[in-house]
Amino acid sequence: MSHASDPGRQDGGSWIGRSVPRVEDDRLLRGNGRYVDDIALPGAVEAAFLRSPHAHARIESIDVKAALEAPGVVAVWTGDDVASLPPMLNKEELRTPPGLAALLDPTVRMTPMPLLAGEKVLYVGQPVALVLAENRYLAEDALELVDVRYAPLPVLVDREDALSEQAPLLHDGLPDNTAVAVRARVGDPDTVFASAHTVIGERFEAHRYVASPIETRAVSAQVDPYSGRLNVWSGTQTPHRLREATAHTLGLTADTVHVVAADVGGGFGQKGILYVEELLVPHAARVLGRPVLWREDRNENLTASSHAREQIHSIELAADAEGRILGVRDRILVNFGAYNVTGLVVPYNSLCHLLGPYRIPHVDIDVTGVLTNTTFATPYRGAGRPETVFAMERAMDRLAAALGLAPEELRARNLVGPDEMPYTTGLVDRSGSPQSYDSGDFPELLRRAVAKADPEDVRARQREGARDGKHIGVGFAMYIEATGLGPFETARIDIAPTGRVRLAIGAPSQGQGHRTSMAQIAADAIGVPLGVIDVTGGDTEATPFGVGTIASRALVNAGNATHRAGRLVREKIIDAAARRLGVPADSLDLSDGVVAAKEPGGPSMDLAELAGRAPLPGTPEPTDGRHGTEISETVHFRPPGFAVASGAHAAVVEVDEHTGAVEILHYVVVHDAGVIVNPMIAEGQVTGGIAQGIGGALYEEMVYGPDGQPRTGTYMDYLVPTSSEIPDLDMDELFTPSPMNDLRVKGLGEGGAIAPQAVLANAVEDALRPFGVVVRRGPLSPSRVRDLIRTPATPA
Amino acid sequence: MTPSVPAPRTVRTPPLAEPSGWHRITLTVNGERITAEVESRLLLSDFLRDRLRLTGTHVGCEHGVCGACTVLVDGEPARSCLTLAVQCDGAALRTVEGLAPGDAPLTPVQRAFHTCHGMQCGFCTPGFVMTATALTEQPERPGPDEVADALSGHLCRCTGYRNIRRAVCQALDERFGE
Repeated sequence: MSHASDPGRQDGGSWIGRSVPRVEDDRLLRGNGRYVDDIALPGAVEAAFLRSPHAHARIESIDVKAALEAPGVVAVWTGDDVASLPPMLNKEELRTPPGLAALLDPTVRMTPMPLLAGEKVLYVGQPVALVLAENRYLAEDALELVDVRYAPLPVLVDREDALSEQAPLLHDGLPDNTAVAVRARVGDPDTVFASAHTVIGERFEAHRYVASPIETRAVSAQVDPYSGRLNVWSGTQTPHRLREATAHTLGLTADTVHVVAADVGGGFGQKGILYVEELLVPHAARVLGRPVLWREDRNENLTASSHAREQIHSIELAADAEGRILGVRDRILVNFGAYNVTGLVVPYNSLCHLLGPYRIPHVDIDVTGVLTNTTFATPYRGAGRPETVFAMERAMDRLAAALGLAPEELRARNLVGPDEMPYTTGLVDRSGSPQSYDSGDFPELLRRAVAKADPEDVRARQREGARDGKHIGVGFAMYIEATGLGPFETARIDIAPTGRVRLAIGAPSQGQGHRTSMAQIAADAIGVPLGVIDVTGGDTEATPFGVGTIASRALVNAGNATHRAGRLVREKIIDAAARRLGVPADSLDLSDGVVAAKEPGGPSMDLAELAGRAPLPGTPEPTDGRHGTEISETVHFRPPGFAVASGAHAAVVEVDEHTGAVEILHYVVVHDAGVIVNPMIAEGQVTGGIAQGIGGALYEEMVYGPDGQPRTGTYMDYLVPTSSEIPDLDMDELFTPSPMNDLRVKGLGEGGAIAPQAVLANAVEDALRPFGVVVRRGPLSPSRVRDLIRTPATPA
Repeated sequence: MTPSVPAPRTVRTPPLAEPSGWHRITLTVNGERITAEVESRLLLSDFLRDRLRLTGTHVGCEHGVCGACTVLVDGEPARSCLTLAVQCDGAALRTVEGLAPGDAPLTPVQRAFHTCHGMQCGFCTPGFVMTATALTEQPERPGPDEVADALSGHLCRCTGYRNIRRAVCQALDERFGE
C-alpha cells in the first residue's frame, strides 16, 4: 500500500476537490483500450445492415438469393426472419411519471419499431436486411446483392406539415402524426398578455444536428461456452436497460444475459437509447452459435443513429415598463423523426427549462412532438435544453431591444435571487414533483460573466464603426439544468483478499473519467488511498441493477451511492478489525487503508490482513460464525429531487460582412455545479460541451432534402469543428452546494452544451445591428450570415 | 420461429472475394519485420487491426476526415483508412503500440496528453498522439501555424481541443526547449 504511487495528493486531506490525474489514461495512451471493435472474438461473424434508401415506402418484395450465394455469407435475414421477435419499445423512456400524468395528462403515443422493416420503411437508413458473413468486406459485398422492391409513398419531412389533413400518416393505427403533446400553465397568462406594457413575439428554430461521437456505435455478442450465458459488449450508456431489453426480446431471463459497456468512444446521449442493431446482433449470436460483431460506419452513424435538436418555438414575452417579465407563452413543435423513441424526455426538458434562471409568474407552454419521415430524434447532450435556451435567450434579447435596455440589464432585472432558494416555479418537474431550484446564485453568475465580457468596451468599439467590414458584437445567455435524474444508481464495494477495494457502479464511462473521480469519492468515504481502488462501470454482472450515464446524472447518483457504500464499508471494516483485534470498535480509526487504535502504540491492521485470510488449517475458527473475509456493501442511491446546476455564457464575436465568417474573439463561461470532485475533469467536461455547442451554433447541421434524403451523410458535408474552430475559453465557476445529496454535487456533463447556440446567435445579431438582422435559426454558417445581411429581417 | 441458416459454414476465413488479387508484402511494423499475404483491397487500418491485432489504431470515419486512424508511414502521418496495405510494401510503419511498448515509460507526447488532460474517451487519442509524435521528430521546432494545421487534421468530440493544444505544446517544449 505505497502512497508514493498515489498522484495528486500532497497532504493527508481529502481526495475530493483535487485534480487527480486520470488512472484511465495509461492504457488508452499505449493503445491498450478495448472498445467493442477491439475485443477479439475468434471465429466471429461480421454483420452489415441493408438500409432503406427511401424516406417512406412500402416494401413489395425482398430477394436475398444472390446475396446468400455470395462468398463468405453465412446468413441473410429480412423482416420475415425475425418476425417472431417483438418489436423494440423502450418502455422505461416512454413511461409517464405518475405526478405528470395526474397533473398534465400528457399524450404519449407508442410506435414500436420492427427489428427489421417488414411492410414499410419510414426513414432513409432504416434497417431492412441483415447480412452475416465471414468478414465485413464480404458482408458489404453481399448487401449489394439483396434485391428490394419498394413502392414509394408520399414523404413527410417538414414538421409543420405533419399535422395537416393532407399529411401522409406514418404509423397505421395512430389517429395522426402526433407522438407526444403536453401543456403546462401557471397563473393567468392571457390576462397578463392582454394588458402588458410590452409584448414581443418571435419564431425561433433550433436546427437538427447530431452527437457524432468519434467512435461509432458497435455491438458484439457471444454465447459463453462455459456458462451458457449470452455475453453482449456494447458501446452503450445504459447497459442494464440493454440487458432487460435483450432478455425481453429474445425470451431469456435477465440473469442469463451479461452486458458489458466496454471502453466507449464518446456517447453524448446517442448511445443512451436502445437500437434494433443491439438486439439483432445477440440474436444472431444465439442462432448461429458463433460470435457476431457489428460496427457502424460513419455514414450510418450520421444518417441512421439518432438525431437531435430540431424544434420550433413560437414564443412571446410580456413585460412591464421597467422590464420585469410578467409572462411567457411558447408553442413548441418538436420533430421526433419516424419513431417515438424517448417520449416526453426531450419535449418535457424543453418545457421545464424554458423559464431558466428567470422569475416569470405567468406561463403557458404547449409542446407537441410530431412524427416525420426522418431519422428518429432522441436526447443529445442537453436534451431539449439547448433548444429551449436558444428560444428564451433570443427572446430576451428581442425584448431588451424593444424596451431599449442592454441585454445584460434586462437579465439582471429578472433573475431569481440566491435568497429565494429553494425557488418553486409553479411548474412540475420531469419526475412529476413541483419544480424546485434547490440552490444557485444566478445574479453572481451574470455579474462575473459581464465583468469578463465587458460589454461597454464592445459597445464603445461598435460606436467607432466597422473596420474592413468587420463588425463586433457581444451576447449573453443563461441557463439552469436540473441534474441528477433518478430513479436511482447502484454502487457496490467489496474488499478483495489482497486488500484492494473493488468499486462497481451501474453507470459506465464514455470518457468522463469515472475510474478516477469515483475512486476519489470512495477513498474519502472509506479512508483508503486512491491507488488501492479499482472501479468497474457498466458491467451488469458487477452490479445487479443500474440505470446509466445519461442526463448529467452519474456523479450525482453513482457518486452518492459510492459515498454511502463507502461509509458503510468503512464501518464494517472497523467492526471486523475490532473483532479480530479484540478491542472496542470505537477505539479504532481507519485512515490511509490502515485500521489503528486511536491511542498511540495500540494495535493496527491493514485491509489485506483483514480480508486476506482464507480459512486454511491453522487459522483460528471464528467464534461468531463469520470468517470476516467478506466485507461488502451495495447501495442504491435514490435522489430526493434534482440538483440544479446553472451557468452564464458570454461571447464577443467579429462578423465579416463580406464573407459571413464569424470569429469568436472571447468566450466566457461562468458555471455552478456545486462541489467539484475533480476540477481538471470538470473543466474538461464543460469545455467539451461548449465545443459541441459551438459546432452546433456555427457549423453543424443535419440537412434533409424535401424528398427525405439526408444531404450531410459524411464528414465532408457534416462539419464537426476542428481545433482551429474552437477557441480557448475564459472560465470561472461558483460552488453553491446542492442540499439534495450528501456530496453536495450537481451534474455538469451537459451544461457546457446548453448555452453556446444562444450566446453566439445573440452576439452575431448584436454585431449585425447596423443591418437590422434578426437571427432566428442556426447554424450561423458564412452563407446563412450573408443571407441575413442581404435580406432585411421581417417582423415575426 | 428460428431463422434459417442456409449456407454451409466455411471453415477458413475466405479471401476478400478477390482470389486473383493477392500480394506478398514485406514491411516493418514498430521495428518488427513482417511478411504477409494481403488482398489488394485490404485497407491498412484493417491489416493492422484485424491481421496484426494492433487495435490501438482506431477507425472513426473511414473516409479520411477524422484522423483517428493516423499512423506513421516512413515517419510521415498517414490515414490508414485511406491507405491500402499493399501500398506499404517496403515501408516502415509505426503505430501507437510502438511508442512505449510493454511497461516502457510513456513518451513525452503520451505523457503530455496525460498531464494536460488532453484526452477523455481516448478513441481519437492515438491519432493525435501519432501526429504530435511526428511533429516532435522534426529537425526543428514546427511553427504555430504548422502545429495548428497538423492538429486540424483530427477530430475530437470530447475535449474541446484546448488541452490537446496544451499537450502538444508541452511535448514540443520538452523536445525543443521553450
